[in-house]
Amino acid sequence: MLIFLNHLINGISLGSVYAIIALGYTMVYGIAKMLNFAHGDVIMVGAYICFFSVSSFHLPPAAGVLLAVIACTALGIVIERLAYKPLRQATSLAVLITAIGVSYFLQNGAQLLWSSNIKMFPSFFSSQPISLFGGELKITIAAIVTVLACVVIMLALTWFTGRTKMGKAMRACSEDKGAAQLMGINVNATISMTFAIGSALAAIAGVLFCSVYPTLTPTTGSMPGIKAFTAAVFGGIGSIPGALLGGILLGIIEIFASAYISTQMSNAIVFAVLIVVLLVRPSGLLGKQIREKV
Amino acid sequence: MKKIRLNRTSRVNFATFGAVILAYAIIQIMRSAGLLSSTVQGQLVPICAYVAMALSLNLTVGVLGELSLGHAGFMSVGAFAGAVAAAALPIPSNALRLAAAMLIGAVFAAAVGTLVGIPVLRLNGDYLAIVTLAFGQIIKSIVENLYIGMDGRGLHVSFLENRIIFRDGGRMILNGAMGVNGIDKISSFTAGFILIMLVLAVIFNLVGSRAGRAIMALRDNRIAAESVGINVTKYKLMAFVISAAMAGAAGTLFALGQNTITANKFDFNTSILILVFVVLGGQGNMWGSIVAATFLTVLPETKAMRGLADYRMLVYAIVLILVMLATNNPTVQDFINSTFRRKKKKGGAAK
Amino acid sequence: MSEQQKNSYPKPKLVPVPSTNIIPERDVDKRPILECRHLGIDFGGLTAVDDFNMAIGRTEIAGLIGPNGAGKTTVFNLLTKVYQPTRGTVMIDGRDTAGKSTVQVSHMGVARTFQNIRLFGNLTVEDNVKVGLHEQMKYSALSGILRLPSYWKKEREAHEKALELLHIFDMQDMAGYQAGSLPYGAQRRLEIVRALATKPSLLLLDEPAAGMNPSETAELMNNIRKIRDTFQIAIMLIEHDMNLVMGVCEGICVLNFGRIIAKGTPDDIQANPAVIEAYLGKQKEA
Repeated sequence: MLIFLNHLINGISLGSVYAIIALGYTMVYGIAKMLNFAHGDVIMVGAYICFFSVSSFHLPPAAGVLLAVIACTALGIVIERLAYKPLRQATSLAVLITAIGVSYFLQNGAQLLWSSNIKMFPSFFSSQPISLFGGELKITIAAIVTVLACVVIMLALTWFTGRTKMGKAMRACSEDKGAAQLMGINVNATISMTFAIGSALAAIAGVLFCSVYPTLTPTTGSMPGIKAFTAAVFGGIGSIPGALLGGILLGIIEIFASAYISTQMSNAIVFAVLIVVLLVRPSGLLGKQIREKV
Repeated sequence: MKKIRLNRTSRVNFATFGAVILAYAIIQIMRSAGLLSSTVQGQLVPICAYVAMALSLNLTVGVLGELSLGHAGFMSVGAFAGAVAAAALPIPSNALRLAAAMLIGAVFAAAVGTLVGIPVLRLNGDYLAIVTLAFGQIIKSIVENLYIGMDGRGLHVSFLENRIIFRDGGRMILNGAMGVNGIDKISSFTAGFILIMLVLAVIFNLVGSRAGRAIMALRDNRIAAESVGINVTKYKLMAFVISAAMAGAAGTLFALGQNTITANKFDFNTSILILVFVVLGGQGNMWGSIVAATFLTVLPETKAMRGLADYRMLVYAIVLILVMLATNNPTVQDFINSTFRRKKKKGGAAK
Repeated sequence: MSEQQKNSYPKPKLVPVPSTNIIPERDVDKRPILECRHLGIDFGGLTAVDDFNMAIGRTEIAGLIGPNGAGKTTVFNLLTKVYQPTRGTVMIDGRDTAGKSTVQVSHMGVARTFQNIRLFGNLTVEDNVKVGLHEQMKYSALSGILRLPSYWKKEREAHEKALELLHIFDMQDMAGYQAGSLPYGAQRRLEIVRALATKPSLLLLDEPAAGMNPSETAELMNNIRKIRDTFQIAIMLIEHDMNLVMGVCEGICVLNFGRIIAKGTPDDIQANPAVIEAYLGKQKEA
């Protein structure tokens, strides 16, 4: 039972990281209707920046995270402006290929700048876990921080999209860009803002991910990126609560699958569950079913 | 109004066949004259395999109009099924053994394609894309945990851990994540050329037939196609499975041209690479796929790119982005359209 | 829905063929091609169509009119099973369509056009018609790929048949054009040809005259009659152009807020106060 609880906590912690990344995917998809494949690589950039600020420049971890967030936000806006904005009218496939190009660019750029050698990400949190039930149940500080970060981000985003003017503009853009523009909303600024928020979240997710899996390479972002994207689709892409639900479930399934079924097949099981969910609910768990108008 | 002359499609098709034959002839002559470096020679079979992959994916993406992000999965199935078949089949003639292996690769990939297609094709758009991605990952995981060996009694298969006990003279063929080692390299440029010609013939003949029209009708307007009685699942699945089978044959060709293959070789990045060929060559445009696949496979190996050394892949990424930005730029598109249309008018007048 | 209307449609459980009264006399002895009983659909809480009862004779040209948003296209979508009805039945040629799909209904002999044109835009005009001929000209995909004799034979037949059908609208010269690049009117006509290619016994036309000028509309009117006379089929059309509706339709059904408010000949409809009210609003009492 305690082992089960341990796995559950690990699953929720990993799932929280996925959820934070998935939020970036889902927000961008909701507004720009594009799969931003470079999102996973923004995570990697964020992790590298934090790594160097802390290990090379000996900044405190909080400053490292802040720097990473600032840099990734800027990176997200620049990517959107240079690569995606000119393609607003292009087919979604053209945008997808461009996003893949950006992803290659970031990975190879990182390789040139920082080499492909593995960097060991420093642990910011005490490696001494909190022991409960006489040491049977161990909760790492990192896990607690991750879950807390996820909850805070979720609450903040819900408030932001529901209450603020910019958030409402975002929702309007995701419904109908043309109509939003006619109502005086600056669509381009709104899309930039979405990329900025998504990328800032990616930086945080990068740091949190590397706190749990400390091996940092230029391709570190790929797999969590793909999985978080899966999580976003799982929960219903375009839906913020869906990203949270999808991310957490995906994390739990992954940890349980590797603990109870097979470590090697855990990824396959995660994807198999996704397929089953999509067959039962073709728009994801919380996604809206859109009926084509005839 | 854009006029497509009645025989325009078939003329493009014949020109494509002609160009492939010509390219084959030229390369063969250059080869016998010793004009090709060993690097380029070594690239010939992979180029053929990638061209066939791009063509087969173009059937799904261009003709059927569905985005697949797991096409390398079918290549993987074909590669490993073919490699195992080539190692196990007691056919003395290399050419025949290769043909049999490719057929087996295609059959296995088609079977997996059917298995994947039935659930996947019920979904639409991006959801379909993500599920193909998921299947690609699942196929990779399965292959990485699959162990196949052979001894006097036949093939032995084991999953997750290697529990194969050989009796006498047994050997491992597929060794999980280690892949297949010591492959008898029986693939040849000629075999690749024949595969490309076959794939082209299948695609062109399919597209020009009743079934192909039904598939394209689904792509252009699913609801209208249903309203005239086109069975959506049947034709989507048909295109998807044919595409998977051709990818399987291409996978076998690729595998039997390498010393070693591992499941890693056919991951998500490979799927994306092939998709890039298709999109750059133009969806539904077969000769475009051939040119893009050839060019982009050769490009990183050229002297100019090699000179860039470490910057090679970075330049590749930038080229990719710039090409996408340029081809989707309204000004550039207008320019292409206007030159294209002028040519058409001339053609129409001549007729 | 007025009391008067309710009385003219008795509860169908008791009467097997309701509302046959508006079928043209020549079709009365034959089974109606279409019969709807209490057809209805809800979207969420909204009732889009309710208690829709209608019968169409085998060679009738019927009209379905009503203000915007009355649910006319929804009726077409129900008949072709783009939407599955929430209630009621649709009988095609006496056969129940419950649980059938769009494809199956098409095979039963219902063809349609769309309000917002839905052509296969990247295919040629001829290929659009050939897709319509899909069920008529059968050969296996394999004989297509291998180019077996059946392919050549059937393709030649399909080619001739397609040109013959295009001839109805004098479009045979456009056979090689890309469908998506045709002018608007030609696209509408091509949709009709494609629908006819499926060899329907009931043709549903959704606003065939939309965007046409008066002379094109007059020509279309003649063509609608010509199609009925040549193919001996029933045609049901949705249209806002009253000249066309009154000129070509034999029976007319008026829909408002998802319910039938009037049924009858063009003359009946023009004189019906409920219809005038639906279109023009209630007259203020002086």
